[in-house]
Formats: sequence, structure tokens, C-alpha cells
Amino acid sequence: MKWGSNTWVGGSLVAIAIGVAVFAPWIALTDPVMDANLMNAELPPSWEFPFGTDAQGRDIYSRICYGARISLTVGVVSQICNSLIGVTLGLTAGYWGGWWDDFVSGLTNLMLAIPSLVFALAIMAILGPGLISLVIALGLTSWSYSCRIARAQVLSLKSQGYVQAARILGYGDLRIMFTQVLPNIFGPLIVIATLGMGGAILAEAALSFLGLGIRPPFPSWGSMLSEARDQIRAAPWLSVFPGLAIFFTVLGLNLLGDGLRDILDPQSQTRRA
Amino acid sequence: MLLVLVRRLGNVIPTLLAVIALVFLLFSVLPGSFISGMNEDGRSVIDPAVMERMRKEMGLDDPLYERFAKYVGKLATGDLGTSFRTREPVTKLISVRVWPSLKLVFAAMAFAILVGVTLGFLAALKPGSLIDTVSMVSAISGLSLSQFWFGLMLMYLFALTLNWLPSFGYGDGGLRNLILPAVALGVGPMALLARTTRAAVLDVLNADFVRTARSKGMSERLVVKWHVLRNALVLVITIVGLQFGSLMGQAVVVEKLFAWPGVGSLMVDSVFQRDMPAVQGCILMIVLFFLFINTLVDLAYVVIDPRIRYG
Amino acid sequence: MNAPLLKVDDLHITLQGDGATFNAVENVSFEIGRGEAFGLVGESGCGKSITALAVMGLLRRPLGLGKGRIVLDGEEIQAASAARLRELRGSRIGMIFQEPMTALNPLSPVGRQIAEMFVLHQNASWNEAMDRAEDALRQVRVPSPERRIKDFPHQLSGGMRQRVMIAIALACRPDLLIADEPTTALDVTVQAEIIDLMAELCAAKGTAILMISHDLGLVANMCRRVAVMYAGRIVESQGAEAIFATPRHPYTKGLVDSLPRLGERSKRGRQRLREISGVVPSIAAYPSGCRFNPRCSSATDICRSTPPDVTALGNGLVRCHHHE
Repeated sequence: MKWGSNTWVGGSLVAIAIGVAVFAPWIALTDPVMDANLMNAELPPSWEFPFGTDAQGRDIYSRICYGARISLTVGVVSQICNSLIGVTLGLTAGYWGGWWDDFVSGLTNLMLAIPSLVFALAIMAILGPGLISLVIALGLTSWSYSCRIARAQVLSLKSQGYVQAARILGYGDLRIMFTQVLPNIFGPLIVIATLGMGGAILAEAALSFLGLGIRPPFPSWGSMLSEARDQIRAAPWLSVFPGLAIFFTVLGLNLLGDGLRDILDPQSQTRRA
Repeated sequence: MLLVLVRRLGNVIPTLLAVIALVFLLFSVLPGSFISGMNEDGRSVIDPAVMERMRKEMGLDDPLYERFAKYVGKLATGDLGTSFRTREPVTKLISVRVWPSLKLVFAAMAFAILVGVTLGFLAALKPGSLIDTVSMVSAISGLSLSQFWFGLMLMYLFALTLNWLPSFGYGDGGLRNLILPAVALGVGPMALLARTTRAAVLDVLNADFVRTARSKGMSERLVVKWHVLRNALVLVITIVGLQFGSLMGQAVVVEKLFAWPGVGSLMVDSVFQRDMPAVQGCILMIVLFFLFINTLVDLAYVVIDPRIRYG
Repeated sequence: MNAPLLKVDDLHITLQGDGATFNAVENVSFEIGRGEAFGLVGESGCGKSITALAVMGLLRRPLGLGKGRIVLDGEEIQAASAARLRELRGSRIGMIFQEPMTALNPLSPVGRQIAEMFVLHQNASWNEAMDRAEDALRQVRVPSPERRIKDFPHQLSGGMRQRVMIAIALACRPDLLIADEPTTALDVTVQAEIIDLMAELCAAKGTAILMISHDLGLVANMCRRVAVMYAGRIVESQGAEAIFATPRHPYTKGLVDSLPRLGERSKRGRQRLREISGVVPSIAAYPSGCRFNPRCSSATDICRSTPPDVTALGNGLVRCHHHE
């Protein structure tokens, strides 16, 4: 099992992001919301404020640290949600077949016909802005891929006789699904989950940027960017650092996902020559 | 060939109907979305009697299937309802914005295909080389970017600092205004296309029939031209089709960033103003477009892959 | 005596593994005369296919040419330039592969795939080339060739596809046809047809054949001389009839014995099929001494310690300490 550079670099970036999020209260310099001193408004990066300050005089660096908490939490929670929905639907659809399979396949096609960001926007239109509706919206709109993979895996296992053998031994349906099928799709699922988290973080940033997700003054990386946008001429650093934070975190997740794919899923996309 | 087209349409229509139904359900059934959407943040500002009258007017107390039937009926005549905000027909609002959105999406896709497929090909033909590494690093970076942030950075660099391009707006509809938004939007699909093309070409290069071609005494150049190109394209087209969907999702944000007068920015504004008919209309428009593109892609398959034609 | 058409001399093929380099094929030497049918027999993994690829210059990473010479009609080609090899491929040496399913481009009509040969090597225009492709299809006895040239591979049966491959390989009248397990993937009834077709066409055009197979019976039927390969080395080579009548190497004996014979059951009643016990060693774990020794019933100490040299015998050779 060779651990490529992808996994190491990606894993390190993700570890750093998680570290920042967990230890934010200790590594941040100020309180991200309350420490607003208008006297310090829009200062460029300096020793006191490593990433500069925003229009309210808050330290960008600290806000980014705390922002990691929000972005990562949203990413993880929504991805778990998506995976649960997708795997459950896919597993059961492939396993039981029949009308349930038809229904789930139809539903998946439906989901795939609506771009996920658009769907999330629609849900947020109904539920109103805010963190909860954001998580719900993101958690309900990206499960199609894991559903497809789970279903395909079940079907392939069925044809290989695993399922039949287990049935003959008298295993119940649920037991078969958990002990036979699930372990086999673990690899691809982990890869999808890792990559999906990156997508969720980007989506959260987009929605917050639009003003629909986390609203100011809470320091989500996306909402920081929306505040920064108006000041782009006067204070470009406001836009650079949150964006870089998003970039490196998602890059880490993507690299990690790629690396995991090479290890866990032999039919990998990124092949060496 | 006609048969395939008919079969494809047969797939699209149920999906479209299902989407319409879903959208309808979401907006009409979920409690209070329609009427309370007209209030400020859910607090009842409107006099209950007035609300009652509005409900009757909009037929919100009628049974569900009646409302749905009426809704579909109106859709068939192109009536997408009336905007809460401007009191104009939604169809009118949207129709003005369709062309700018189309321009943006197609320009972005063109950029993505031109740059992404080329990079992917070059990377696959010289695996392990500098160009391979550079392409793949760019690709994975492109996938990790927040497209609106990238757009913002582009805006800062090219418009505000260097002053080469306008920083936002549609302008007179010319190319200059299109470049920045199209590149910002296209960088994601470009990255994915680069990676997928590379993988597809590598796959084909290792295929048996390419070995046969080499055994005929063909130069690598001819092998690529006569045998690899088409086979790799089949795999690439799938991705192009899929990417249109995510492209239209991202377009919403990019349009807002660059103040591009498209369907996406209308949708965002409408969501903010809880203008439900407009939101519904925008979603339907976007989905319709996506399904249309998918059908085109399927047709392209038929043209390129004879196995489907004479299956 | 005529100079041989193809002379392979002490050929080595290397394989790059995880950090180490192995010899996939060692010390392989044989000759094929003009118009002669020569067979190369062995189990899967013995190196016969990559020997063929080496002759064509089609080895790709992680395989590579080690020391040794390949001489085609007096010209040394193991170190030839890529351009020279391209000239030779198709026009002087043709090759057909095992899986006709995947050996043809699925997106290109078969007529065009044959026509490519004429455009490549004979400067024909596409129109001319398509006409000649139709002729070629006729020669390989594909019915209705004028319609078939427009068909795509998936519309043809396995046997037909292999006929197309033969048409392609023989299109420019090469001096040598290399056939790598051409019938293994085909139905038994079709196998015989294809072999007959190959033999007839090559006899008519004076093309020599290098026939590679795991089926000793098939090869001995078709070829004048046969070489047997095991674990990357040639262990015996003789005339085809002789190799059946008097196999000299224990491995060849095992192969010959394992073929069920017609009429045996009526003579001696039901018998177990005779097999050679053990499995082919993996390339990273070749036994020391004679590579066949773990499976050989006549192995002694010297077999386990010293690799046997080649002994020339009559019109062949054998590599064994205890050959007959």
C-alpha cells in the first residue's frame, strides 16, 4: 500500500485546518466578533494584525481561525447527512429492487437534473437564511452520487453471489446489508465523502457570500468575502485571506480524497502512466 | 437515429414533469412559504383579513391537485406567474435575462473545453513530464477554488489594478465584459476536464486496439489522430454534459458577483426578497436548459459512437 | 543453405519491478526460415507473448530489451531506430493478437482499418485503399465483403473479426506473420477454420509464420518446427512430429502426456488425466538451478544447483541435465 504524496500533502492541509478550527480560541489573537475597534478599521497586514483588519476594525486572522470552525462543521455535518441519505437509499434500492428501486432511481435522476446549488438556494428561499437552513439545504442536495455508487456496488455484489450465500445461511436482510455489502463500499464512500466535504465547504462559502448563509458579524469565510467585496479597492487583503483559507482547506480535502482513492478504490481516475 | 432522439425525449419529459411537480410541492405545500414570504421575516405584518383575501385570490385554499393542474396549465401557456416584487409577469422578467445567461454559460464552457481538454491531452501524451505535472497541479487547484473568489481576484487584478477589462456589468454585451465572468466561471469545469481527459487518453493509449494500430507501423501522431482522438472524446463528452449542471449552479454566484443581468442573479435577488413566483420560474428555466443540454449531449454521442447507432 | 528470415539470438527481456530488474525472458534463440511455419509453445506467463512483442519492437515500460540480437533478413533490428521499426511493422512483419474483440478500434469501420495499411505503406489514396480492403476481405473469405467494409467491429462475430485481423496483418504481404494465440478466444469450430485460413494464405504468399500458443497439439499440426518455452527460457526445440514422438525434455514430455488421446479409453479403460504437478513460478521467485526442477519427476541435486546449458541435438536443442 503506497501512500502517495497526494495523501500526505492533502492530509497535512486538512490536519492544519482541523487544528486551526479546534484550537481557534487559543491561537486567535482577539475575539472575532466583539473586538471591533473602529479606530483600527481597514488596516493592512502588520505585526499586530497579521492579516489586516476589516471595516469594523476586527482582526482578520482571528476571524479566519474562528471561521474555520463554522466552515468545517458545516462541511462535515452536511456531508454526513448526504452520505447517510445516499447510502441508505442506494443500498436499499439495489438490494430490494422492484418499485422501490424504480422510485429511488427516478428520484436520483430528478436530483441530478437540478444543479445542487440552485436547489440549495431554493430550499433557503423557503426556510429563510441562517445556519440551520444552510445545513439542511446542503445536506439534502448532494446525495445523488453516493446513492449511485452504493446502488451499483450492491448490484455487483448481488451478481457475485455474496448476497445469495448469506441468505442461504439464514441472515436477515439488514444483517446482510450491514455485514456484507457495507464493508465493500466503504472505500469508495470514504473517497466520495472526502471530496464531497470540499464541495460542501465551497457551497457554504458561496451561499454565505450571497448573504444567505451565515450572516455577518459571524465569521464564516464566505460572509467575510461578501463584506470584503465592497472594499476590494481600498482593502484588497480582506478578500485575499479568507479566499486562501478556503482554497487551502478544499485543496487539502481534494488531494486527500485523490490519495485515498488511489489506495482504496483500484479503479481510480487519476492514473500514472 | 430519429428513434434515439425520440427515446431521449421520452426520458426528458417525465423528468421535467417531475421537476415541475417537485418545485410546485416545495413552494406551495411547505407551510407558509407563499404568503408568509410576503411578510417581513415571518412576523405577521399583514392584517389577517387581508391575508385571507389574498389566499382566496391566489387560490391557495383549493385542493392540491386542482392547484397543481392550474399551475401546469399556466406553464403550458408560458405563464410563470406574477412576481411579488414588481407585479410583472415572471416570464417577462426572465426572458430578458435568458440571453446574457446563455452567453455566459456557453462562453465559460468554451473556455473550459478549449483549455481543459488541450491540457489533458498534452498531459496524457507526455506522462510524467513537466507539462503533465503543471497541468495536473493547475487542475486540482482549479477544482479547489471558490469560483466567486477567483472572480474577485481576477476582477482586482485585471480590472481594478491593470484596468484592462471592465470590472463588472454587462456593458454593451460585447466581448470585453464577458471575459472575466466567463473565465471565473469556467475554471472549475476546465480543471475537471483536464483531469478527465488525461485519464481517458491514458486509458485509450493502453488499449488493445492501439497496440494493433502500432503493430501496423503507425507513427504515434497518426495513432493519436486516427484511433485515440475519437475514443477519448466519447469519454470527455460525458463530463462536458454533466459539468453544464454544476456550471449553471455556479453561474448564479458569478452572475451576482459581476452584476451580470442573467437568470442566476435574478434568482438570487428573488430569494432575498422572498419573491416566490420568480424563484420558481428561475429554477424551472435553469432545469429546462440543463435538460436541453443533456439531450444535445446524448445526440452528440449518437453521432460519434457507432455502437449506439447500430447497437 | 538459405539464410534464415528471422534469427533471434540470446534474447533477454527485462522487467522493471518495484526497484528491482528481473529477466522476464533469458537466452532465447531460434530461427525461422523463409516461408516456414514455426511454433512457440508454453503455459501462460512463460514469456512467449513478450518475445513476439520484442521482435516487433512493441515492448513498453516496464518491459525492455536486454542483451541479445534480433536479425530480420540479415538486418539487425533490436537497436533499430523507431522510424525504421515503423517501416518494418506491417510491411515486413505482421501481427495478430489474441482478443479480436478488443484488438479493433470500435469506432472505425473495419474496411477503413484494413485500408490504413495500404495508405500507410503503399502510398495509396483512400479510395484505392478501400477497394483493396474489399479484396482483402474477400481473400479471408468474409461473405459480402462490399458490405462488410462499412461494418463496425461490434457488428461482426469473433471469427469474422479475427479474419479482419488476418486481412490487416497480411495486407502488405509481409515476410513474417506473428500470431499470438489467435484462436484461444474463439469457438472450437471456428478455430479450425481460422488456422486453415492462415496456413493456406501464408503458404500461397510465401509468408513465414511464428505461431504462439499454449496448445501443443495445434502448433504441432500447423508448424514444421516447434520450440517449447518455460519460465522465460526455451527448454526444447525440435521438428513437430519428432517433438510428439520423442520429447526430450521432462516438461515437453509432461505436455505431450497430458493430451488425452483418441481411443485410449477403449483400450485401457478410464484413466485420470495426466497433469504436470505444481504451478508456473512467478518471475520474482524463479527456482535456482533448472527452473523446472520443483515440478520435475527426474530432478536430482545438480538440477537444483546449476542451470542446465543448451545441448544441440539433431535438428533441435534441449536444455536439461537429464535429457533423453
